[in-house]
Amino acid sequence: MDYYYFTEMPYPHLPPHEEMKSMRLTLPNKLFDPKIGHQLLNRYLDEYCYADEMGLNLMVNEHRSSVVCIDVAAPLSLAILARQTKKGRLLVLGNSIANRDDPIRVAEEMAMVDCISGGRVECGMVRGITYEIFAANTNPTMTNERLWEAIDMVTKAWTSHEGPFNYEGRFWHRRNVNIWPRPYQQPRPRIWVTGSNDFENLKMIAEQGHVFATFVQPYDKVRQLFDHYRSHYVDNGVPGGLAYMAFVCVGETDEEAMQGADEICWYMRTKDEPQYRNVPGYVGLEFNVKALKGAYTGRTDAVRAQGLEYLRDNHILIAGTPDSVEQQIRSLYKKVGGMDHLLMMMQCGFFSHEKTMKNIRMFTEHVMPRLKDLGPCFNRPSDSQAAE
Amino acid sequence: MLHPLTLPVTSEIIEIGEVQIEVQRCGQGAPLLLLPGEDGLEMESPFLENLAARFEVITFWPPGFGRSNRPEWVTMDDVPYLFLDVMARLGLHGVPVIGCSLGGWIAVEMATRTDARMSKLVLVDPYGIKIGGPMDRDIADIYAVHPAKLSALKWVDPTKGQRDLVNRPDDELFIIARNIESCARLCWEPYMHNPKLRRRLHRVTVPTLFVWGESDGVVTPDYGRAYAAGVAGAQFALISEAGHLPHVEQPEAFFAAVDPFLA
Repeated sequence: MDYYYFTEMPYPHLPPHEEMKSMRLTLPNKLFDPKIGHQLLNRYLDEYCYADEMGLNLMVNEHRSSVVCIDVAAPLSLAILARQTKKGRLLVLGNSIANRDDPIRVAEEMAMVDCISGGRVECGMVRGITYEIFAANTNPTMTNERLWEAIDMVTKAWTSHEGPFNYEGRFWHRRNVNIWPRPYQQPRPRIWVTGSNDFENLKMIAEQGHVFATFVQPYDKVRQLFDHYRSHYVDNGVPGGLAYMAFVCVGETDEEAMQGADEICWYMRTKDEPQYRNVPGYVGLEFNVKALKGAYTGRTDAVRAQGLEYLRDNHILIAGTPDSVEQQIRSLYKKVGGMDHLLMMMQCGFFSHEKTMKNIRMFTEHVMPRLKDLGPCFNRPSDSQAAE
Repeated sequence: MLHPLTLPVTSEIIEIGEVQIEVQRCGQGAPLLLLPGEDGLEMESPFLENLAARFEVITFWPPGFGRSNRPEWVTMDDVPYLFLDVMARLGLHGVPVIGCSLGGWIAVEMATRTDARMSKLVLVDPYGIKIGGPMDRDIADIYAVHPAKLSALKWVDPTKGQRDLVNRPDDELFIIARNIESCARLCWEPYMHNPKLRRRLHRVTVPTLFVWGESDGVVTPDYGRAYAAGVAGAQFALISEAGHLPHVEQPEAFFAAVDPFLA
């Protein structure tokens, strides 16, 4: 199994919780202190570099107009890490491609980063959560359709090498697609797509052979999703796989780890307004029939309301001493029927630089070496796929 | 609290190519075309009973609303053509048209293409045009305000628009949920308007009455006056103690304003 270090790059220096209506979209940016932002962004990148030195792979993501994540353009942070690191896979999960104006631009950005990094890009293409719709003003009723058309365009752009092609599709028209540079990895970088509830979309992901990733869900739900993927998987020549994200904190004692976990789970206590959570058309009508009856809010409130022990029992949180964390990961691996990538949110909220460095060190020195027997279920991209 | 009406309503599907438009009829008298608002509250309001006592009320549901289908290629631009086609198919000539909110916008889109089949036009707090500059919010963003605030923008007395959704059968809730989704499909961007429509308003030649809720916070009376100013000879009536749906919130005052115009 491959392990990825992840921080969402939060900006936690905020007014008291009760004074804010929302930590996404509407919080005035006068509350953002550029000097603190400068320190935070550089600190987070330093931590990524350390994680790479210690043998972890790296994952970045993006959100806009949000204190949860001040990495607003994941290709930018990915490009920095491509230059500053030497070893780890570079996962962007993902490009908010359904909300981008030009998928070909994304194909070019990823190809360039792939060349700079020598073929280390793992390219996520995501639909984006509901909040992103407001920042980008994308029609919320067609984000899935945009996602798939964009993936198709990017794939064509990466794999067409005989001069320009034209494209006149549903959402985008381009008269001259002929990207320079093309990706370092051949035939193309691996594509990752995320999901949480939508089994139709998951089937598409599996049938096209892309990597499927899901985040912070109870393991029985993860198992359901992974089984669905496995039963519909088609090998397209570029390896697929299964990825899961959990909060991870390793301490010398259980108490230390759970204290850190509580800080990292700041993420679960962020605040926003209901109209941004369930935008018309984002989820299927069966959910919105429930919403009309007040039985669906567009968010996993049930999980959010739970305490740390629930999170740990369900492998949403992996925390404890090295021995305990090893056992929790083995248990997760077994309960979900095997997987390929553990994505680890190891920093969030006010969890400090020193604590983050220690978390990374404890994991890479005392946990990761013991888990070498947990093999990947799907193949990894190999060196033979690098351009001749 | 609104309740489903006991008024008998018939329903049929008119096919225009691959689009299926649901047409409902109720009441007796000369035909009148009703283009409901995005919430479809007209069909549960004393407003409809009053209208159906004097007219055969013919209601068209846009693609994705009611039982009309919604092929993926349909955009707002298609809707007026489809509705004009349905009018032709049904042989409707010289009929008055009442369009409310989104339905009012559609009525104006139809009339600016051709109003040859219409006798009069009543527009109730319609969307459809852009008046201010890029930084002006002409039409309140119903998708970005808190539900409680949205209710306050739309109603003087929100209880007049409330529906008992908890006890409704799922098939009816499915239609309501789909109406909400389809409104976003058609109206997300440009938001609730057609940038060209204001410059086409001169093409409306039938007698036109704008009726506006005095306290409409979604599209204000000033927006309504600017809209009316674009249609030659249009009348403008304000309904007091009413928000975005004056015909639902104050049906009696609404008809007091509209009856002389329709007579």
